[in-house]
Amino acid sequence: MPDHAKPPPVDTAVPLASLRPGDRAVVVGVDVPGGVGRRLLDLGFVPGTALQVIRRAPLGDPVAYEIRGSRICLRASEAQKIRVRAPRAEPAP
Amino acid sequence: MSAAVETGAPLRLGLLGSPNSGKTTLFNALTGLRARVGNYPGVTVERREGTLELDRPAVIIDLPGTYSLDPLSPDEGLVARVLAGEIAPAPDALVAVADACSLERSLLFVAQLLRQDRPTCLVLTMADELAARGGHLDLPQLEAALGIPVVAVVGHKGRGIGQLRELLARPESWSRPPLPPPEAAADRAAWADSVLSSALRKRPGVHRISEALDRVFLHPVLGSAIFALVMLVFFQLIFRWAIPAMNLLDQALGAASAAARAALGSGLVGDFLVDGVLAGVGAVVVFLPQIGLLFAVLYLLEDVGYMARAAFVIDRVMGHAGLEGRAFVALLSSYACAVPGIMATRSIPSPRDRLVTILVAPLMTCSARLPVYALLIAAFVPAVSVLGGLGVQGLVLLALYVMGALAALLAAMLLRKLLVRGETLPFTLELPPYRLPTLRVWSLQVWGSLWSFLRRAGSIILVASIVLWFLLSFPRVEAPSGLPEAEARSYALEHSLAGRAGHALAPVFEPLGFDWKITLGLLASFAAREVMVSTLAQIYATEQQGRPLREALRDDVDPVSGRPVFTPATVASLLVFFVFALQCLSTLAVMRRETNSWRWPAFALGYLFALAYTASFATYTLVSALGRS
Repeated sequence: MPDHAKPPPVDTAVPLASLRPGDRAVVVGVDVPGGVGRRLLDLGFVPGTALQVIRRAPLGDPVAYEIRGSRICLRASEAQKIRVRAPRAEPAP
Repeated sequence: MSAAVETGAPLRLGLLGSPNSGKTTLFNALTGLRARVGNYPGVTVERREGTLELDRPAVIIDLPGTYSLDPLSPDEGLVARVLAGEIAPAPDALVAVADACSLERSLLFVAQLLRQDRPTCLVLTMADELAARGGHLDLPQLEAALGIPVVAVVGHKGRGIGQLRELLARPESWSRPPLPPPEAAADRAAWADSVLSSALRKRPGVHRISEALDRVFLHPVLGSAIFALVMLVFFQLIFRWAIPAMNLLDQALGAASAAARAALGSGLVGDFLVDGVLAGVGAVVVFLPQIGLLFAVLYLLEDVGYMARAAFVIDRVMGHAGLEGRAFVALLSSYACAVPGIMATRSIPSPRDRLVTILVAPLMTCSARLPVYALLIAAFVPAVSVLGGLGVQGLVLLALYVMGALAALLAAMLLRKLLVRGETLPFTLELPPYRLPTLRVWSLQVWGSLWSFLRRAGSIILVASIVLWFLLSFPRVEAPSGLPEAEARSYALEHSLAGRAGHALAPVFEPLGFDWKITLGLLASFAAREVMVSTLAQIYATEQQGRPLREALRDDVDPVSGRPVFTPATVASLLVFFVFALQCLSTLAVMRRETNSWRWPAFALGYLFALAYTASFATYTLVSALGRS
């Protein structure tokens, strides 16, 4: 992970897909209706949960995230629909 | 549960957990080789149950790995339906399995299980890994916070299994939570956090080895190169190592049928046992080394944790064809044989993606096509070189391989658009830590898959071979006296039911440039592609004449027109037909098994036949026109 990661904006929510490897963030919400959104919740993308971007696949997509103790890969199309904000003074995930 | 005790029926324990939770390892540690594998009605998920050695009769049911009890697909819904007792007797008690290192996520699922109001216990796997990563869980505290018994085990080393057995024998005595956990996802997460705030004394650190390996295996540049290398080695192993074993088996079978023939004579019984039964068994057995090796390598890559990485690396490419990363390995395996390829699609969670992958897998050039390609290329493609040393024969073979792969990707794209079965799942993939595989778990998996192939496909193929033998042997027509034995055999063949079918169907295949003999070979090859070669050998009676089949093909002329039967257009058309057509009973049998209906194998057979027919017709027309101009 690069240590020069730039954190996401503090007060506004941005899509998870806009973060870069090394960034830490907190989930604000999942904008997907129905089963797909439910699956993301089951995997731990629950509002208030801290996560970290780990790495991109060699071809740029998908991206691996560390969340609730496991590493989950999502495509940009899904990560685009998850809103996150910068962590406040919360402990690292 | 009390009902079970009263009636003396075995105690039924349901084993539940997310993928990668170590559930399968635990199941094997608890049941060993005593697992029974079957099917649930109407779904494609395997039903695995095993007897448990407790001081009372007990059965443990290995339910498919899932992240949630809210089903997104019929297959996932299976877990909920089993718990509700809808398609099998409901388990009396639940055994939740969770990786001790990712409890934060697993507890979201445990919360749902605790709402089932059934005796539940929690088994924490990878307890050793948690300690190695500097994490610390306070088990008594965790038990108190959850309100259920908790046991930590190291499944592959058998540690904690004894204690677990004692616990499993007495679900009546398990403590139950005073209040069920909340239902909504956000509330479940808050509940999980509060449970862990008291029990998780120290979070596990990064899995250092995985981190270091991923830095190399998933490196932006190196990652793709290593992926290509792994797949290349995989491919080479399957062919380099399997082919000699297959040849040996083939020779052994040849010797066995010669011996049987000598012992039984050439009567009806002998013919039946040798040409029907033995040939049918042989068709399956010959492919066992390759299929077994494929399973061995597939499970090894899976158990080590590389398979998930491979899917991560290649997902973007597969996405263009409307498939996902995990489909790549299934399709690559299908280069050797579609059977393990189709079985490997089990790792694809989305039922729709999985179905599409199953339907296109037969287009990958499997090794059973090679004998046919080899025969036709050796007979009709000149052994010359072009462009400074590139053999034309090799180039033709390569073109056939490429054609199959391109067709598979194109078909996947189309089928994904046209088939609307099942809800689309988001692409999600978990990268588990790299782990050393254990010989026991790995060999159980390989053996289990191989055995299930043998049992299911083997029986269907045996029956079909016997039917085919019957069609090729009856009615028994006396050849006109005075014909040499070899020609008498091909005379009998021509007048058999199959021979008549070849004549009757010849008009159907005439637009592709095939005469009745090629048609008969094609008909037989729908049992298995390589049967084409042996059937042609029987028709041309080459064995008895002691000359190569390829010469017989080259010399064959149409008795009416006097022109060669195998013109360049006919050969090209026949090769193209083999690229596309699904001529393999094993594949159909496995498709039937994996999709749990005859509908999809029938569909695959139909669409691939239409594709083969159209492409062969186009090829024949085109090459004939080129030949005239």
